Amino acid sequence: MLGEVLTGFVAAAFAAPLARRLPRLAGPILALVPLGILAALTWRYAGSAAPPRTSVAWLPGLGIDLAFRLDGLAYLFALLICGIGAVILVYAGAYFAGDRRRGRMLATLLAFMASMLGVVLADHLVALFVFWELTSVTSYLLIGFDHEQEKSRKAALQALLVTGGGGLALLAGVVLLAQAAGTWDISALAGQAQTIRASPLQLPIIVLVLAGCFTKSAQVPFHFWLPNAMAAPTPVSAYLHSATMVKAGVYLAARLNPSLGGAAAWEWALIGFGALTAVTAAAMSLRQHELKRLLAYSTVASLGVLIMLVGLAAPEGGADAVTAAKAVVLFLLAHALYKATLFLVAGSLTRATGLKDARLLVGLRRAMPLTFVAGVLAGLSMVGVPALLGYLGKESAIAAAWERHAAGPAMLALVLAAPPLVVVGLRVGVAPFLGSRRAVVADGAGTAHEVPTGMWVGPVALAVIGLVLGLAPMLLNRVVSETAAAVHGAPVAARLALWHGFNAVVLLDVAIVLGGVALWLWRSSIDRWTRRLARLAAFGPERGYALALEGTLAFGRVQTRLLQSGYLRRYLLVVFLFAIAVVGAALVAAHRPGAIGAALGEIVHVHAEDVLLVVMMVVAAVAVVHSRSRVAAVIALGAVGLAVSLVFVLYSAPDLALTQVLIETLTVILFVLAMRQLPFFVDLSSRRTRVRDLVVAVLGGGLMTTLVLLASHVQLGDEVASAYFAAEAVPQGHGRNVVNVILVDFRALDTLGEITVLALAAIGVIALVRGRTGLEARR
Amino acid sequence: MSSIILRTGVRFVTPLMLLLAALLVLRGHNEPGGGFIGGLLAAAGLILQTLASGSGASRRLIRVAPLTLVSGGLLLAAFSGFLAMIGCGAFMTAIWVESLGLGTPLLFDLGVFMVVVGTTLTVIEGMAEGNA
Repeated sequence: MLGEVLTGFVAAAFAAPLARRLPRLAGPILALVPLGILAALTWRYAGSAAPPRTSVAWLPGLGIDLAFRLDGLAYLFALLICGIGAVILVYAGAYFAGDRRRGRMLATLLAFMASMLGVVLADHLVALFVFWELTSVTSYLLIGFDHEQEKSRKAALQALLVTGGGGLALLAGVVLLAQAAGTWDISALAGQAQTIRASPLQLPIIVLVLAGCFTKSAQVPFHFWLPNAMAAPTPVSAYLHSATMVKAGVYLAARLNPSLGGAAAWEWALIGFGALTAVTAAAMSLRQHELKRLLAYSTVASLGVLIMLVGLAAPEGGADAVTAAKAVVLFLLAHALYKATLFLVAGSLTRATGLKDARLLVGLRRAMPLTFVAGVLAGLSMVGVPALLGYLGKESAIAAAWERHAAGPAMLALVLAAPPLVVVGLRVGVAPFLGSRRAVVADGAGTAHEVPTGMWVGPVALAVIGLVLGLAPMLLNRVVSETAAAVHGAPVAARLALWHGFNAVVLLDVAIVLGGVALWLWRSSIDRWTRRLARLAAFGPERGYALALEGTLAFGRVQTRLLQSGYLRRYLLVVFLFAIAVVGAALVAAHRPGAIGAALGEIVHVHAEDVLLVVMMVVAAVAVVHSRSRVAAVIALGAVGLAVSLVFVLYSAPDLALTQVLIETLTVILFVLAMRQLPFFVDLSSRRTRVRDLVVAVLGGGLMTTLVLLASHVQLGDEVASAYFAAEAVPQGHGRNVVNVILVDFRALDTLGEITVLALAAIGVIALVRGRTGLEARR
Repeated sequence: MSSIILRTGVRFVTPLMLLLAALLVLRGHNEPGGGFIGGLLAAAGLILQTLASGSGASRRLIRVAPLTLVSGGLLLAAFSGFLAMIGCGAFMTAIWVESLGLGTPLLFDLGVFMVVVGTTLTVIEGMAEGNA
């Protein structure tokens, strides 16, 4: 299945050139990619009784594989990702007609799709995490697509920071989970449920994993990023923020439910946060008038319902848990279908009229008949009218809450959250098309027209699928059974029907729809009432996000002012003092009396040439400090370096000696070039600074001497490494120069890192020189 | 710093230094030398040109921008590591043609050589240009 995932990324690479060559056809052609992937996955899924699994070793040393597994849950999500993805690609191709960014949009959408596919197919916790982060990164690019606008950039950064922060928590949670369960394979986790439950890590795992799920799926108190992410172009909102990415948190919760469920903390966190999110977001949606924001808040509410339903589907629960597991699947599928359609309809409405405000959009059914069909079918599906898939989704959710506890928190949350969602469905899907008045068009001239084919064919297709599945739900029996089984952790048999008979759930459903209609009719008085609540938003979690962001930036500024003086001598002073303190402390801590004396005592054979070299170095060093001419100082410094290289020659390290000579030569040249820039030699440092420098220099030099003396006595094991390299240089490395064999063969990766640093330094120098000349040019 | 003696001398010294640098790289696997040392020596030779005839002289000699040399060297070094992966070996596994005494480590060393020459030239020429 690696092939299927990679296909998406490869296709993304070809999207931009294709969009340049065939601008009109790029969307439909690229839509064949997700359809092809879906066909391949369906072939695999239908072809085998047990869930197919493939695995490719990725980092075998760490036990990390690119393992993929296609069970019911993964297949359902793949169906949504690829199916809706194809629709979105066609729509985006038409939506960005004549826009030169079309290729970039299609490419990023494909890359996102492939990442999302990786998330749901992954069967290794690390692979899952990697794809999870890839969805965050690609969604950052998509939300910030209009990067010339500050609003888009801010929204993209906010989404990235919130979901990325959750991603870090998830990483920690996933590592702990693998430790507790003793396996990285997600499919093997459920079998370890007892082990995990007995582990002391269970609670930290639950907290960290849910932090990842809740940030991704925009649960309270992290919900604020999703409405802001509406700064993205409509196709992106429809794809990421209704049908796929925000459902990743729900997916993960559902996926881990068999292994982590059963714990009270897990269950109540899901039910509690889900219920709170559903009610809060539903209430907030009443205050919205912009089409996309209405949909955004209703999406947050629906995600809350889904999270709550996962919490109700306890792995060892009874019939109510089975109902909840089925409800997760049905609600998820129904929501993805109608919400993606409504987003696309909203995009078409705005494109046709230039209006975003739901209050201004009326009477468009004649002008936009096809969009009207899609909007009404999806809107009524969201309302929950029988014969549409949305009805089954809502009915099953109510049934699950009802069976759990007729007056429990889940039931209460549903009764409170559902009527506002009915209002959203009516306002976005139905109201813009009804009414006798002619629609106003933003630019004042002309009338609204139906959108081009590419922009209505997708929404209509999705809406009709919702109708077909609503009329013939038995088509879904296999998918729902197998998906619910994966959520519940035990076999589930689903027998879906259009009508389950007249019972309490139907009554509740009718009451909810009537409640929604009532909210719609008394909207002006409710508007007044909710205005007061809106003031509370000033103290909401988004304020916390803003404070945290500003605080971090302010801290950065203070830190920079304290540490970055801009004076080279101060940096050197800090570096030396720090090194002296750290190394000195270590030496004092490992104090061995007499060690230095013993080391000194071992120096018995002092050769004449050694003495000569030392004298040369000392004289040259003193000359550096006392010189009144820079050239003389540099040459004296070069003499010190050459003397050092002579030491290397004497003690038979020719490679080092050669390097040292060359480095000294080049350094002198560099100094000479640099000094031509400087003003004439002036003695600026006061006596005090010179004394200070002297102290630091003596301390540093003394410390190094002590260190070298002590180092000669340190036993590093049996010197296995050097013996190995000396012995293996010729047989394995084919070279007699051991130093070089180590550099380019045994430790070549280190060398590669070092030359990369060199290359970066070169780029840095260029930036400095160009930057300076650029500044001068501007002056 | 433009003396006729220096310019005339450099005309002989630079080729010699470049030749020696090539020798150091080639023999580096068995005798003292290698890409790093060779690179430093070659850079020193080219910088002599710069000192004698002003900035841009070494650029005219090697005909590519130093930064191109850096990126090319980095790519070459990485490429030498990837070669082994074609044969399903781990990244950076050395491949040797025993009869010729040639192998991917030599390619790697050549990459190191190019990066060192390029970086040194970038730094020194940057300073020299700043002077002009």
